[in-house]
Amino acid sequence: MIEVKDLYKNFGELEVLRGISTKIEKGEVVVVIGPSGSGKSTFLRCLNLLERPSRGEIKIDGKSLLDPSTDINKVRQDVGMVFQHFNLFPHKTVVENITLAPMKVKGVSPSEAREKAMELLERVGLADKAESFPSSLSGGQKQRVAIARALAMNPKVMLFDEPTSALDPEMIKEVLDVMKDLASDGMTMVVVTHEMRFAREVGDRVLFMDEGKILEEGTPREIFENPQNPRTREFLSKIL
Amino acid sequence: MKSLDFSIVIPYIHLFFRGALTALEMAVLAVLIGVAIGTFVGLGKMSRILPVKLLCTAYVEIIRGTPLLVQLLIFYFGLPQILGFTIPEFPAAVLALGINSGGYVAEIVRGGILAVDKGQMEAARSLGMTYGQAMRYIILPQAFKKMIPPLGNEFITLLKDSSLATTIGFPELTRAAQIVAGNTYRPFEPYLTAAAFYFVMTVTFSFLMSIVERRLAASD
Repeated sequence: MIEVKDLYKNFGELEVLRGISTKIEKGEVVVVIGPSGSGKSTFLRCLNLLERPSRGEIKIDGKSLLDPSTDINKVRQDVGMVFQHFNLFPHKTVVENITLAPMKVKGVSPSEAREKAMELLERVGLADKAESFPSSLSGGQKQRVAIARALAMNPKVMLFDEPTSALDPEMIKEVLDVMKDLASDGMTMVVVTHEMRFAREVGDRVLFMDEGKILEEGTPREIFENPQNPRTREFLSKIL
Repeated sequence: MKSLDFSIVIPYIHLFFRGALTALEMAVLAVLIGVAIGTFVGLGKMSRILPVKLLCTAYVEIIRGTPLLVQLLIFYFGLPQILGFTIPEFPAAVLALGINSGGYVAEIVRGGILAVDKGQMEAARSLGMTYGQAMRYIILPQAFKKMIPPLGNEFITLLKDSSLATTIGFPELTRAAQIVAGNTYRPFEPYLTAAAFYFVMTVTFSFLMSIVERRLAASD
């Protein structure tokens, strides 16, 4: 479903990604771990071209993202993204946050968009907050709305960029539960996170990144119980 | 030392009221023109299309780098030489003020947009919105809120700068004081009166703005 080949990204002199290659299958939950500054967020942000790779190849469903003839807005409709800082639209109510893109981008009718939004809010357990503004929600609630907002576009893939890193500890679970629910529903997911329990329980595959490269990848069991690369071992010994 | 006698102003007071109204009118029209120009120029300055960016940057730099008085003189006295006809005082003054204001509003617009968290643009784009849609539905509504206080200041500046229209002989508030000074041979009282009129208008407006700002802050 997603194919990444030899991906490089520089910010000026700084080489953030140095040759990333991997494949993500439909329905797979891939968890990306690694120390900060390892390039995991940049890698994720390349997958919907929020960052433009310096070179390399990304294909989603066989379609090259970097081909100039590819309509990136079209691609992004299929790739949902959830951010560390939620990035809800503060001037819109919860339900408007969710219905805006389907209406403006896909031309869905207001009533249909609203119906779908209410369904999604039900799913993330926030139907009663539909008419609230984001500023009145807790961090965990904001992130659940952000997930619903991304899902409203019916994406084929969901990208999560440290979705629980900005949350108070007691709110992490409610967000992870929603993500687990999504995973068990068969959503293809790429998750950058420091939540190792989530990686273990939900991940089909774990990528360990450091200094812009994937140093090791495997099932959660392989990575967590028998890491091969000394850098992986060192990283895991520090956080587990 | 002679004492002040403001009673000499009273027979002319209608001139001051009419002048004040004219000044307000000029400031309102000029700020509207300024916002219209400033929105485009401000966005243009952030454009990725180089000629647009350069043109808009040049506009802002030239407007802000030259005195408004000189711009007004060029507009009223200079342009007819090329155009072959004179622009009447009122439209000339309002246009000169508005075009000038556009340069400053452009920076206000740009500042307002830059003050919106960049995650907002990313979130909008990640949902498949085009740059234009993201600007229109997400960024500009939030930027506009941030622009209201500086736009209020811009209005006050314009209200005061409308006095420059005196130099092209347009009968606004300062010109009224000038006329009264000429008729009575007492300049101090009429100019003080004009200053008081400006002051009452700007202070009133500042007060109204502070209420609006408090409302805006509350809705954040």
